[in-house]
Order: sequence, then C-alpha cells, then structure tokens
Amino acid sequence: MSHLLTILILLPVAGALALVLYSFAGSRREEHYRWIALITTLVTFAASLLLLKSIGANSAEFRFEDNVSWIGSISARYHVAVDGISMWLVILTTLLMPISVLSSWTAIRKRQLSYYAFLLILEAALIGVFVSLDLLLFYLFFEASLIPMFFLIGVWGGERRIYAAVKFFIYTAVGSLLMLVGIIALYFTYHSFDYATILEAMKASPLTGRAEYWLFLAFTFAFCIKVPLFPLHTWLPDAHTEAPTAGSVILAGVLLKMGTYGLLRFSLALFPNAARDWAWVIIILAIIGIIYGALVAMVQPDVKRLVAYSSVSHMGFVVLGLFSFTELGMQGALYQMLNHGVSTGALFLFVGFIYERRHTRMISEFGGLAKPMPWFSTLFVIASLSSIGLPFLNGFVGEFLILLGTWTSRAVTHSWIATMFAATGVIWAAVYMLWMLQRVVFGQITNDENARLLDLNKRELGLIFPLLVLMLFMGVYPRVFLDRSKASVATIQRRVSSSPAGGSFTTSTGLGSVPTRGSVGSSLVQEPAVGHDPTLPRVGTDPAQAAIPE
Amino acid sequence: MENNLLSLIIFAPLAGAAINWFAGRRVRNERFVGVVACGAVAVSTLVAFYLAFKPDGALRSETPVFDHIWTWLQVGTFRADFALAMDRLSGTYALFVTFVGFLIHVFAVGYMRGEQGFYRFFAFLNLFMFSMLTLVLADNFVLMFVGWEGVGLCSYLLIGYYFDRREAGDAAKKAFITNRIGDWGFVLGIMLTFFVTGSVSFFANPAAGEATHTALSFFKTYPVEPFTAGAIVAGGATSIAVLLFIGAAGKSAQIPLYVWLPDAMAGPTPVSALIHAATMVTAGVYMIVRCSEIFGHAPAAMFIVAVIGAATAIFAATIGLAQNDIKKVLAYSTISQLGYMFLACGVGAFIAAIFHVITHAFFKALLFLGSGSVINGMHHEQDMRRMGGLKKYMPITFATMVTGWLAISGVPIFAGFFSKDEILWRTWSAPAFSLPSTAFSKLLWGVAAITAFLTAIYMTRMMVMTFWGEERFRDTHAHKQQEPDEHHGPVEPHESPWVMTVPLIVLAVLSTIGGFIGVPYALSAGKDINVIEHTLEPVVAKAGTTGSAAAETHATESTAPAETHTTHSSEEISAERALAGVSVLIALAGIGAGWYLFKRRPLLQMPRLLENKYYVDEIYDATLIHPIESVSREGFWKILDVGVIDGLLHSIGESVTEAGRLARYLQAGFVRGYAAIILLGALILIGLFAYLGFPNPTQ
Repeated sequence: MSHLLTILILLPVAGALALVLYSFAGSRREEHYRWIALITTLVTFAASLLLLKSIGANSAEFRFEDNVSWIGSISARYHVAVDGISMWLVILTTLLMPISVLSSWTAIRKRQLSYYAFLLILEAALIGVFVSLDLLLFYLFFEASLIPMFFLIGVWGGERRIYAAVKFFIYTAVGSLLMLVGIIALYFTYHSFDYATILEAMKASPLTGRAEYWLFLAFTFAFCIKVPLFPLHTWLPDAHTEAPTAGSVILAGVLLKMGTYGLLRFSLALFPNAARDWAWVIIILAIIGIIYGALVAMVQPDVKRLVAYSSVSHMGFVVLGLFSFTELGMQGALYQMLNHGVSTGALFLFVGFIYERRHTRMISEFGGLAKPMPWFSTLFVIASLSSIGLPFLNGFVGEFLILLGTWTSRAVTHSWIATMFAATGVIWAAVYMLWMLQRVVFGQITNDENARLLDLNKRELGLIFPLLVLMLFMGVYPRVFLDRSKASVATIQRRVSSSPAGGSFTTSTGLGSVPTRGSVGSSLVQEPAVGHDPTLPRVGTDPAQAAIPE
Repeated sequence: MENNLLSLIIFAPLAGAAINWFAGRRVRNERFVGVVACGAVAVSTLVAFYLAFKPDGALRSETPVFDHIWTWLQVGTFRADFALAMDRLSGTYALFVTFVGFLIHVFAVGYMRGEQGFYRFFAFLNLFMFSMLTLVLADNFVLMFVGWEGVGLCSYLLIGYYFDRREAGDAAKKAFITNRIGDWGFVLGIMLTFFVTGSVSFFANPAAGEATHTALSFFKTYPVEPFTAGAIVAGGATSIAVLLFIGAAGKSAQIPLYVWLPDAMAGPTPVSALIHAATMVTAGVYMIVRCSEIFGHAPAAMFIVAVIGAATAIFAATIGLAQNDIKKVLAYSTISQLGYMFLACGVGAFIAAIFHVITHAFFKALLFLGSGSVINGMHHEQDMRRMGGLKKYMPITFATMVTGWLAISGVPIFAGFFSKDEILWRTWSAPAFSLPSTAFSKLLWGVAAITAFLTAIYMTRMMVMTFWGEERFRDTHAHKQQEPDEHHGPVEPHESPWVMTVPLIVLAVLSTIGGFIGVPYALSAGKDINVIEHTLEPVVAKAGTTGSAAAETHATESTAPAETHTTHSSEEISAERALAGVSVLIALAGIGAGWYLFKRRPLLQMPRLLENKYYVDEIYDATLIHPIESVSREGFWKILDVGVIDGLLHSIGESVTEAGRLARYLQAGFVRGYAAIILLGALILIGLFAYLGFPNPTQ
C-alpha cells in the first residue's frame, strides 16, 4: 500500500516501456500493442481503486504520501499525496483510460505502437498532476500532459489536425508559462515548492495584497485556459473535434479537470483574498460561458463540435460552483467535474461510434438511426439526458448543488441574479441536445447508407456500459462520492471564505521543514502583523471567536 | 407513521417498466407485456387504497404515512431524502392517479394491439406511473422535482413514440423544452425556499431524524406579504410563489407556456388520456396546493395565478371552438379546464381546484379514451370532418362519451357540474385578499362563466360532428388515401373490443357520480356531505384567513368569534344556489347553441384566426426562436468565436511571425550588413557613455 501513488504513476510508464520493448521482439504483431495497453490501463485502474479503501469520510488529511528530496539545491521535492478531492480525479483518469484504449481498438490503424505509448504516458502525466503536492512537480506533470496530447491530435487527428494541435499547444503553454513565473515567485518568497509548507508559511507571513493579486492572476489565467473559461475557450472546439475519439474522451474527461482542479487546489487555497476580490469577474465569465457555450453548441452542424461547445457550458458550471465559496457550490463543482468526465466522455464515444461507421460527423448526414441501431440510440439518449441534467442521473446532482451554492453564496452581491442566469443553462442544454438527438437518432432515414449501419458490437457495448452504470449510480446515490470529498472541500472552502479554522492542510507524516518567520525574506510578504492576522478579519472583530483557541 | 409498503406504490411500476424493457423485448408476447404492465399498476392501486383507507390510513388520520428510503443528497445543512409521505392531499392524488392510470393501461392493451414496440410503450407508460407517483408522494421539494422531470421525460418519450414521424419528434422536443423553461422557475423556487426557510421538506418526520421545522411549516408564522408588485422581487414568499408558478405553468400548460400540449397529441391516444389530460398536466395544480401555505402568504402571486388561469381558460376555449382534429379539441379543452383549476388556486379555493382535478381526470380520461376508441374504429382517422353518424356503429363508445360530454359541459348531477360550479361560486365570492378589489372577483367569474358557455358549445360541436349527422367517412375515405394503404375501399367503422370499452364504462360511471364526493352544503339539502372538503381541509391552507387571522386577532378577540370557513350563512347559501342555477343555464344554453349551430351544418367554417390558434406558434417562431438561432449562429459563433477571438489570436500569431521575419533580415548572412550593425551598435554605446560620462575604473 505504501508508494501506491508512485506505483500508479509508474505503471503506465512501465506499460509504455513494455510496448517499446515488445516492438523489438521478432514475432511482434501489430494487434498486440493494444492488448498491452489495455492490460496496463486495467491494472492501473484496479490499483487506483485501492485509494478508496483508506479515504473515508470526515478527513481532510492527505494520504498515501511519498515525500523525498528531488532537486536538493532548490529544495524541490517529489511530494505526492491524495485527499478526498484528488482521489476522485485519479480514479476518473484511470477509469477513462481503458475505455479510451478500447475505443481505439479498431479506429486506430496507423502507428499503433506510438499511439498507445502516448496514451500511457499521458495517463502517467495526468495522475501526476492530480497527486503532486510540490508546485514544481505539479508544473512538470502539467506540461508533460501537453506533449502526448499534442501528438495524439497532430498525428491521429482529423483533417485540420495540425492547426488544432498547434493551437491547443500554444494556447495552453502560454498560460502555464505564466503559472511557472508564479511558482518561481512563490519560491523566492517562501523558499519552498511544497504546497503544505507554503500554506503553513502563509499563515505566519501572508503575502502582500499586490503580490497575492498578481500571483492569483498568473495561476488563474493558466487554469482558466485549461478549463476553458470564456473567452479563452476557442482552442477547445478545434482540439476536441480534430482529436481521435480517445483523445477527445481524455481531453474532455480529464484534461479540462486539470484546470478546475488547479483553481480549487492552488488559486483558491493559496490566494484566498485575491480570489474573493476577483470572484465577481470569474463568476460573470463563467455564466457567460454557460450560456454562450450552449448557444453556440446549438447551431453547430458537426456533432463532435456540438459536444465540444457543450463542454464550455458545463465547465462554466464547475467554475461557478468553485467561486461561490460555499460548501454546496464547491462540492457540486467537484461532483460536476466527475459528471462531466463521465457524461461528456460517453458522448464523445458515441460520436466516435458513428464516425467510425460513416466517416462523417455532420448532423445533416444522419437521421433515423433508431431503426438500424437501437442499442446505440437508447444508450445515446441516456447519455444525452445525463448531460441535460435529468434528476436521478449524475448531471443533476452537480448542477443543482452548484446553483444552490451560488444562490447562497456571499462571494458576490445579488448572487440570486447570477443563479437565475446560470440556471438558464439547463434550458439551453435541453435545446441543443434534444435538437441534435432528433436530427441524428429520430426521424426518417434520409440517407440510404444509414439504413445499413450495424448496431454496437460487444466491445462497444462493454466499453460504454460502465459509464452508463456510473451515470445512474452517481445520480441516485451520490453520498458515496460527496461524503468522501466533504472534509477536503470544506478545508479549502473555509480558507477561501476566510474563516479562522480554514486552511489546516495536514498530511499523515506531518509537514516538511516549515520555514520560520525569520527565514521568509521577501518584499512580497506582509510585515508581521501585531495583534491580529489581517487575512482573518473575523478573528479580530469578533471577540467571542478570537477567544477560541485554534 | 412509518410504513414500508408505501414505496411499493412507486416501485411496482418501476419493476414493471424494467421487466417489460428487458424481458418483454425478447418475449414479444403482447399478453405477457400487457399483464406485467397492468399488474404493476394494479399493485400500486391496491396498496394506495389500502394505505389510504386502513383504520389509521393517510386519509383517516392527521399524520401522514412515511417511508424513508435513503438519504439522497446531503451537503452542509442541505438535505434531501429519497423519502415518501402520504398525507391527505398526496393520498387523494395517489388514489385517482393509480386508479385512472390502471384503467388507461387496460385500455391501452387493446388500443396498441399490433403496434411495433408494444413492450417499449408499456415500459414507458409504467415508468411514467413511477415518476408521477414519486412526484405526488415525495416528502420534499427536490424529490418532487425528480418526479416532475421524470414525468416530463416519459412525456417526451411517449409523445415521440412514433419516432420516425417528424411531427412526433418535433412535438416531443417542444414539450420537453417548454417544460424545461417552467422547470427553470421551479428549481429557482426550490432554491429560494431553501434560502429562506433552510429546508426543502414538506413534513416533519421525527422518525427520520429530520428537523421539526420544514419548508412549509416555516410559513405558518410568516407575515402575509403586501399586495404589491415589489413583493415579487423581494425574495420572500411572493417571489417563491411566482417562481413555483412558472414551473406549474410549464407543466400544466398555462399561458404563455401552453403551446406544447396541443402538439403533444402526436403521441398515442392512451398517452394523451393518461399524461396529457388526467395526471401529469395537473401536477402544477398539485404543487400549488401542496405549497398553499406559501401561496397563502403571497397575495400578489395568487393574483397572478388567478389572472393567468382565467386568461388561459377563455383563450384555449376559443381555440377549441375551431379545431377539426378530435384530439386537438380535447387538448385545448384540457388547457382550458386547467385554467379553471389555476383560477381556483388563485382565489384561494385550493380544495375546489383539487376537486376539479379529480372530476376532470374522470371525464377527460373518458373523453380521450372515447376519442381513441373512435380513432381506432375509424382506422386511425382523427379529422372530425371525415366522421359523422358514428353512434350507430359504436354504441358503447357513443353512450360513454355522452356522459363525458354532459360532465364537462356542467350539466347537473354529472361530475363536472359540482366541481366547476364550486370554482365559479368560489370565484364569485372570493375575498379581496388576493384580488385588488371584490369587483375583480365578479370580473373573473364573468370570464369563467363565458368559458363554461364556450366549453359547452365546442364539446357539443365535437359530439355532433363525430356521432350525429351524415356519414362523411364514406365519400371522403376513398380519395383520402393519398399514400398507399392496406385498406381497400371504404372501411366500416366498428366498435372496439371489451378491453377498451370496459374502462370506458367504468370512467363513464365515475364521470356521472364522481361529483357526489364534493356536493356543497348549499345543494345538499342541509346535510354536510362534502367529503372532499372535509378530507382536505386539514392539509390545505386557507388563503386570506391565516394571515389576516393573525393580524386581526386583537380586533376579533374582544367581539364575536371570527366567522369560520365552515359556517354557512343563509344569504350565502341562497346566493350559492342562485349561482348554481346560473351555471346550469349557461351549460344548457351552450349545449343548445352548439346543437343549433352544428347539428345541421357540422362543417360550418370557423373563424380563421381561431382555426390557426391566434398564430401563437408563428409569433413565437418569429420573435424568439429564429432570432436566438440566428444570433447564435451568425453573431456568437461565426463573428465572435471564429471572427473576433480567433481572429485576434491569429493576428497575434501572425505579428509574432512577422517580427521573426523582420528579425531575419538582420541575419541575412551578408558580412557588410553585420559590419554595419556592429558599427551602429558601437556608435550608440559610445554616444551613451559620452552622454552619461565614462565610469572611472579606478573608483
């Protein structure tokens, strides 16, 4: 059980190495690559389920910690651990990977070796992103995830793949470079890259307002590109549309979550004051994204592009929930991250199914698929309903909690107006999804080619089935998920809403070397405050609360 | 009182749906599918009756029957359980939903015979029963919303049952989206309720560990909000009530969200009877009555409900006058009758609204099923212009539909008379609580009375066109066959089999005598036999008395005790009797007018404006749907997304490339060029040093 996270990161890497080694074997066969990839991802998934065992409710503690020195001279450490937030995202990643491999089974015919190797390396990088507690390590994995995805789009993508891949790469790289600047600035302030150490040091010597402001922007800009938040979203439709099916599934299912995860883990927890100041801007952009993404999705002639734009809308909900700074909203946001991974992942798989059969994604080419493909149609409708947010399917729980959190939020004044606008997103979702379904699945068969299409085969049913079961399960029994993430989310929520008990991020082995106040020497840090901590105004103003020892 | 049987009411149809979906698909045996589907609903019906009428049952005791299944959502202080509760209101609803639902299921076995996807139809129909009963029996707002969306989904699936027909798909989508607009209001209403009260539960259930303070009981001590427009956005009871009403208007097809219901007739007729007449569309009324405590503190919201209800009633009735499709007539009639129910809610007559819901479920289900029987007998002909003279061919259908016709028109002793008259009387005598003045109650009564007159006319027209007159199907049927059909030559209409006629007969009996559960005191010869009022009184708030009672306690305490709701003064009784007489006259006049107008000229041309439904669909298309679509396509996508944002990025990219290209000239490989640059740089440096003064290395 120890070093489980390191094992999780290394397993896909080992799988990739195995692929390469196998390619030197004399009796190699092309179709064995996918088997190696499938077995690796399944083993990784099984191993990741071990995380569930020891993370229970009511603990915000980081578990499965590995903390060794990495680059001693700059005190960068290999520090990985999971809490109730990152655990779910790791499991989401490991779940979607075998499904992606299976979805590529017959679709990918060229360069299978490198294709599956890239997928496995991508998996390692994504797991790394979610478990890193060292900022430099986080940055490394964050960037590392870019490269395999760049090739997946650029080599195995659609017609405009080069344009899409370059756009995707430059867009996100620009953002993450800003984040790198932020990380370095933090390092020069606190002489550490370690998340827990920095947070602890911040309690003693908080950042100055101006420093926090700029650092927040640097981090948040990077994450908002990844999410993507309106108006930084235009890389997404191209990348999603041109990527191969597996690429789209991973891109929508996991890569976008890196952005929202980063917002939650870093932007909110490290810079709570700036986050509060900027909340209204982010919330407005999120709401614009919800409505705008949906309206543009509505008029897309290409199914895949429609699903891609719907991601802009759904991810807007996640950001809205995060910046409501309420437990309801932030729990809902985390839940919506998982939902979106499952539902949108499934939708991209369905688009992949018909693309593989017809080699077109234009809505006008389809129609009446319910007759020749009843299984496909039934399951596609269910996945669409999940995306629409029908109660007792997963999407509803996330969206409802986010909207409720937004309404009760004190992050912005008149939050009810924000909720009213955001809630129109559920109307638009019904409009674009049902319109698409009607033109693709229902109606008369207008194109003879559609009449001869084969229904889903066993492999396709098998790979989509787990996602559909999850949609239903997450809709009717969300407690399994919400209870386990509750304490971790609440910790960040308390910190960002500046409550005195917030921000106590503990790990099982305790913290690394916490710099004393004397060792923190930088102009970015406030002068040691006498009397009361300025980040915690309520302590100073409320004598009853101040009396309570922390 | 906790009773685990309660969940059987909802899970039996769910199990039926699952069995039919997974097993029925393979068995391909209509008898099997039909027995499973009807059996599942029969179980629900029996359990519902047992739990309602057993000695300490829901309708007999003051405390509801609870069944806590699991805690569904719990985050922070927010908690929504998957828990059911059957009190007097939800019990009453569950009874008629299960019973009428059962009859319609039986009818559908006959009606859908030979259809492809028989199993699918019954799986959806059972799923609908599950959703509807969840809606009714939910013990909190959020679970109610689950059922609310669930019935919407089933409605979508069943309207689009003939999925290869374009109009069915369009209608299904329209229904779902229009309902979603309403749901927007409902969800926000739930959220505001939670925000204000800190709870979403309807009942305090100490056994399940819930707080005794619930979303509804919170309002018992809440002050009545002022009757002003400002109260609507004040964030209190009025705001909640208006938001909830938006939801109700979507589900129950009120102006301006009614447009989906007529189109929904594209579904099979039993679906129209079950979902779009008897049960689902009355969910909005149920929700408002469930929240009567909230509405009772929000007079401005009640006024809106009353006005919208009355407007919808008369508006839909005028359209109903001019429709030629038998199901469309009934659809507009349903909208109109729903308007009555909302009018009743708006003037505080919540019990009268529920009473009308029940009688309407009987006679409208009967009329729809009867029209289904006619359509079946006419080989899927729905246009009344090609019917006529059918009473000879379909005697049972004819006889049962006559009772439905008399009931909806408001002829005495038939069910519709009592409930409609109750609404008319309550409107006439409404206090000024939710109305600007009592003059408004007379105005609303006038609208309702005209609607009643119109109702009698269009129902008579429908009956005359269908069952009387010459047999128009003979001459038209021959050239009607544009598309090749399996029938050859004129087809003889035939009476439907017993599975279809028996439910008709049962419903006809209920439409005849069902009204006797709510005979008002004034018409009962001094006996207090108003069962429905006695049953529902404890669970329904009396608008206008709760708040004012609290406010005027001081005034009335010293003097005579305040006049309670149940005492009957003699002037009131005589006024009520007089108005009942007026109601009867209106009904008979309507029937007479209809008979006079259409008996000899059944194909009388109706005004174009009415025939085209006031062009509302066209107006919505032109003012909402097309602008949104074209702004999204041309404005947002093509101009903003592709043009502005990407254009900006591309131009940044290009300028970087351009800068690189310029920089390239510096490294063109010409030694002369490099020399020139070195010289230039050296000159600049020397100039700079000369300007600043040379640093002294010795210092």
